[in-house]
Amino acid sequence: MSRRPPEPVQAVKKRRDAALSALVQSVPYAGFLGISFDRRGDELTAVMSFDEKLIGNPFLPALHGGATAAFLEVTAIIELAWSLVWEEIETGLHGADGMDPMRVIQMPKTIDFTVDYLRSGLPRDAYARARVNRSGRRYASVHVEAWQDNRARLFAQATGHFLMPRRIGKD
Amino acid sequence: MEDAKARVARQFIEAIPHSKALGMRLDALDAGVAVISMDWDPRFVGDPQTEVIHGGAVSALMDTCCGAAVMSHPSAPASTATLDLRIDYMRPATPRQRITARAECHHVTRTVAFVRAVAHDEDADRPVAMASGAFTVEPSSGRGRSREKGDTQ
Repeated sequence: MSRRPPEPVQAVKKRRDAALSALVQSVPYAGFLGISFDRRGDELTAVMSFDEKLIGNPFLPALHGGATAAFLEVTAIIELAWSLVWEEIETGLHGADGMDPMRVIQMPKTIDFTVDYLRSGLPRDAYARARVNRSGRRYASVHVEAWQDNRARLFAQATGHFLMPRRIGKD
Repeated sequence: MEDAKARVARQFIEAIPHSKALGMRLDALDAGVAVISMDWDPRFVGDPQTEVIHGGAVSALMDTCCGAAVMSHPSAPASTATLDLRIDYMRPATPRQRITARAECHHVTRTVAFVRAVAHDEDADRPVAMASGAFTVEPSSGRGRSREKGDTQ
C-alpha cells in the first residue's frame, strides 16, 4: 500500500481555519460578546476581547458574571462541536476550502451548566479552554477554565452537560 | 426605608452596562425577590437553525436577577458577587418571545446569600430554565471591598 504524499502545510491550515471560522460564525451570540478562537493543531483557545458592555459592576469595575458564564458556555459548545467534526475535517473529503461543520452536525444543546466564580473578572481580555471529559452517544460532559493575565490564576471555571447533536442526514 | 433600599437597588441594576446591552428591564423588586425580563434579539441567538436564544444570554439574565434579589434582601448587603451559579435548561425558549426571570433570595448568612430562580417565556406554566446559586454578602459597614457601594448607606 503506497503512502499519499503529505498535504502542503498551507492547505491543512486553510482547511482547519475555514471549518473553525464557519463553526464560530454560526453562533450569533459569540459575535455579540466579541468572542474569537485561536487554534494550534486541534487545540482551541477562546478569547473574549474586552468591551464596556461586558461590565457588571461599574464601581470596581468587573466583568458581569453573566458575560463570564456565556463566555465559558460558548467555549464549551464550540470545543465539543469542534471535537465532533475534527475527524471529518481531517479526511479532506470536503475539498480544499474545507467543510462547513454546520452542514454535518447541529449544535450541542446545554442540559446544565455550573459556573464557579473564583475572582472578579478584570476589565481586559479573557481567555478560556475547554476539555471534553466524556463524549458519549447521547451526552457529553465538558469542563472549561478561564483566565486573564496568568494561566495558573483562573478567574472562573465551569462544568456542563450537553445533549449530543444528531448528525445531519443520519438518524 | 424599604422604598429607599429598593430604589438604590433599582438604580444599581439599571446602571449595569452588560444588563443594559442585553436590554434587561426590572419588572419587580421586593424584599429578596426580583423579576427581570429581556426581549428576544437576533444578536442573542445561539443556533440560527432554530433561532433559539443562547444559554449564555439566559445565564446573564439569571445572574442579574439573582444578584438583584440579594441586593433587595432585608439584610441589606452593601454589594454582592456571584460565587457559583448552576443553570438547568429544561426546554428551548420559544424564539421571538420575551424571557422573564424571577429570583428569590431564600437564605442569607453574614457572609453568603442563597438564591434560586426560574425563567420562562410567554408560556409561564412551562419553565425554560432554573438556577440556583450562592452569592457573596459584602458587609455594609464600609470595610474592605464594600467601598464600591459605600455611598449608598
